[in-house]
Amino acid sequence: MDTYLPILIMFVIAGGFAGAFLLLSYLLGPKKPTDSKLSVYECGLNPVGSARERFSVKYYLVAILFIVFDIEVVFMYPWAVNYKNAIKDGHGAYMIAVMGVFFVMLVLGLFYEWRKGAMNWSNQA
Amino acid sequence: MQPFIDQIISECEILQGLPLWFSYLIFQLIFCGIIFVFVAVFAMLAGYAERRVAGRIQSRIGPNRVGPQGILQSLADGIKVFLKEDIIPTHADHILFRLAPYFIFIGMFLSFVAIPFSSQWVIADLDIGIFYLLAVESLVVIGIVMSGWASNNKWSLLGGMRSAAQIVSYEVPVALTILLVVMYSGTMSIQGIIMAQGAAPWNWNIFQTPFLFVAFFPLFMGSLAEGNRMPFDMPEAESELVSGYNTEYSGFRFVIFFFAEFSNLYLIGALATVLFFGGWQAGPLPDFVNGLLGIETPLSAAIVKNLVELCVFMFKSLCLVFIVIQLRWTLPRVRVDQLMNICWKYLVPVAFFNLVVMGIWMVVVPEYVTDIVALCMTACGVLLLGYFFYRVAWQLKNTKARLRFNPLS
Repeated sequence: MDTYLPILIMFVIAGGFAGAFLLLSYLLGPKKPTDSKLSVYECGLNPVGSARERFSVKYYLVAILFIVFDIEVVFMYPWAVNYKNAIKDGHGAYMIAVMGVFFVMLVLGLFYEWRKGAMNWSNQA
Repeated sequence: MQPFIDQIISECEILQGLPLWFSYLIFQLIFCGIIFVFVAVFAMLAGYAERRVAGRIQSRIGPNRVGPQGILQSLADGIKVFLKEDIIPTHADHILFRLAPYFIFIGMFLSFVAIPFSSQWVIADLDIGIFYLLAVESLVVIGIVMSGWASNNKWSLLGGMRSAAQIVSYEVPVALTILLVVMYSGTMSIQGIIMAQGAAPWNWNIFQTPFLFVAFFPLFMGSLAEGNRMPFDMPEAESELVSGYNTEYSGFRFVIFFFAEFSNLYLIGALATVLFFGGWQAGPLPDFVNGLLGIETPLSAAIVKNLVELCVFMFKSLCLVFIVIQLRWTLPRVRVDQLMNICWKYLVPVAFFNLVVMGIWMVVVPEYVTDIVALCMTACGVLLLGYFFYRVAWQLKNTKARLRFNPLS
């Protein structure tokens, strides 16, 4: 608990300062809103429609790829922490073999995604 | 932090009268405050330094009016921004629009809690320090997506989405590279990773095996991309997206984004220093300084020791920060499809390959061979650095350029 307390303290300090500064700037700044000042910026022209539109599905694809790979990488961390000690105890080959099985599947997945074109950002490639 | 606070308490009689938890709390508060001030000052000075370096590189002067050599420029900008109107667009999502800067600000400061500045000066020495850093930095992504979405502006939306895709993609090679270092050090504690290295360059992680050397590049590029730095500053590509996710932000809310960008600059340097360049390890230097100053009492000796280590850490990380600043003004921006290609088709496979070969290397290669390899790699590194300086000297001599090294002119 003692090691995690400073994180809470820092959370409060950072949040508090951000809030205080924003309040201060709100109090000090002028308040003269006009219609065009409060409209969204679209290079000086009147905004056309709203930004709540559909956007490319590629972003979802990247997010899914990230979730898959990041969870797999996180899964490997406990293995990595124990790896050095296991080698000292003479279990190095066993550790490699165990992770090797997982790893082959991971790399096959990467290869499959590559061939499927999930990693191509532009359409022509 | 704990041992250092214990030492102060054992030396000070006033503190011994107070309950222990109270003194701990006070000291934690003080140290968090110091870090806060450090980050704030660093962000301000980095903003100034970046503009001066940019000026030098582009053959112009840069800010030099406010204060001696313009050093107070950032302060003046900050005060000016306080007096600006706080604008929230009518069609924006007000709650998310106001909330987004907090996520970015807090996420940035929480990462500094785990950075060890010296052997005892680290606010929270977590057992899972490196994991914590990865987790907390993700808060910034949430803030960026939030601000992009809430603005209800097409530029902001595109910028926020691009930024999220970019940060999230480069998280994978960075996590894989950190995995390599964790494997080699056998611990996830940041202090443990530094302790596993040494003060001499041939004890640094980067020169331990060829794979760790290669692994440095995915990490460095990944942290550049996560910090939205050139050449990966797609989200703010001015020529395409006006200003990206912060287009609609003005006044102090905008400064928070700016602030996070520059404190992240230090984080890039600090992370690389911790993982690859031996962190605060200073070898016999603290004892030497203590002997030189003739310090006897254990508390002042500890303070001097920590100060020396702090200087070593700062020197290393600020060198890297300088390189990052220079990169921004040297390299052109990459295209967004190139950006994704670099990550998924080059960095991720390289990181995977590294991991496998490194695992086999650690089992197969005996220790004395590793030592010889480390020495050879250090020699190669020194030669490369020497060649770089030789080239610079050659350029200066043969292009008849005059070296006017006067950063204050």
